[in-house]
Amino acid sequence: MSERKDLIQEFVSVPAPELLETVSDIKTEGYRLGQICATTMGDTIEALYSFEKDCVLKNLKVELPAANAELHSITAIYWPAFIYENEMHDLFGITFKNLALDYGGHFFKIAKKTPWNPQAQEESKGGEA
Amino acid sequence: MGKRTVIPFGPQHPVLPEPIHLDLVIEDETVVEAIPSIGFIHRGLEKLVEKNEWPEMVYVIERVCGICSFGHGWGYCKSVEGNLGITVPPRAEYLRTIWHELGRIHSHLLWLGLLADGFGFESLFMHTWRIRESVLDIFEETTGGRVIFSVCKVGGVRRDVSNEKLAEIAKMLDGIRKETEELSSVFLDDISVKNRLVGVGTLSEQEAIDLCAVGPVARGSGVNNDVRYDGHGAYPELGFEAILEDGGDCYARCKVRVREVFQSMDLIKKAIEIMPDGDIDIKIKGNPEGEFVGRMEQPRGEAYYYSKGDGSKFLKRMRVRTPTNANIPALVKTLQGCDLADVPMLVLTIDPCISCTER
Repeated sequence: MSERKDLIQEFVSVPAPELLETVSDIKTEGYRLGQICATTMGDTIEALYSFEKDCVLKNLKVELPAANAELHSITAIYWPAFIYENEMHDLFGITFKNLALDYGGHFFKIAKKTPWNPQAQEESKGGEA
Repeated sequence: MGKRTVIPFGPQHPVLPEPIHLDLVIEDETVVEAIPSIGFIHRGLEKLVEKNEWPEMVYVIERVCGICSFGHGWGYCKSVEGNLGITVPPRAEYLRTIWHELGRIHSHLLWLGLLADGFGFESLFMHTWRIRESVLDIFEETTGGRVIFSVCKVGGVRRDVSNEKLAEIAKMLDGIRKETEELSSVFLDDISVKNRLVGVGTLSEQEAIDLCAVGPVARGSGVNNDVRYDGHGAYPELGFEAILEDGGDCYARCKVRVREVFQSMDLIKKAIEIMPDGDIDIKIKGNPEGEFVGRMEQPRGEAYYYSKGDGSKFLKRMRVRTPTNANIPALVKTLQGCDLADVPMLVLTIDPCISCTER
């Protein structure tokens, strides 16, 4: 019979400048990237990075200002992250520095202009003017 | 070095029921680079948490996919149940496991049919889908639906299945097994099928780990990251062991799915055998206030369901990360160096579900 291993979840807050170093340590420990997503929290955006190893789920939370949100891409450490980072750029307006495969805001090929984050749309309008 | 040409593959292509686009950079007949594009039919289902109360969202999340809809509903419920800190009655967990494994049989048979269609074996395709119909009949008899079931809810399930009906399902599965055995030998032993799959699109174990591949794509390369080990549903009591192959090629991925069809039948029969009596749901008080990441092993692989609540009737965030999302990097890697003629087989063997990806 298979051994029962209940999933253990940890949520850890990480300052944005320390993200790359923390993710690099996680990779060294043998974790794999599960997912990355963002949540709009009023004037801030919360990015959530999930990593898994042997039924332990490590979730890193990074808080960013909703206006001019910017993060370092983790694609140099976990290349598959490009899918999630391009998605977060288009949906939440987060800019990723050193993104390995950058779709330049065209990850979603739909009629509605991206990013959909209201603050980022305002910035975009301001830039056009 | 031959001349480089870019060949567009998709979004409309005979092997693609749904739109995904690949820019294939080829040198002579060999693919040297592949750049994927998705997002043609993004539906914004996650954003609907702002308009639907959390008990209703299960109907939305089920509609992420028409093939593994039960699993998505369960994944959502699991995430919200974790958020609320509630435990579901054992009978409900067993019923969920049975429906989920039926979903896996139906999904893998659907994929095997599409694979047969992809390499031009039409009669094999039709026979495979004919068998799949019997699984949909079981769904219809037990849930009332063939595609969307709406039986899973936060706190349990909406319908019970009588023990007599469960015994009948076990008998039906014996018939389905016999028919599937006849077809599986064609998929695994026929020389014309093997010629298209063996040694094509090899993904090594290390590459599968580095690219964070999931599901049969990872297990076909010997990587065991099956989520059914994490203690949910009835799996711990059913003696579940993940099916692994080490070839890493299209054939290995096909073999994992064929073996999983039979494994799912065994798991369902065992669940029916030891099904506990009792309630099928519990009453819930309050609203989710906190966050929880639920995971499910969908037929295509691991899926994530992140829910965040603030104590109101509306969730602050509902995130679904589907298996195809995670397997696109592995697809891009395996395409590099393959023959142009093998691209359709390669794309098929990750079992892409764009409906899931474009949730």
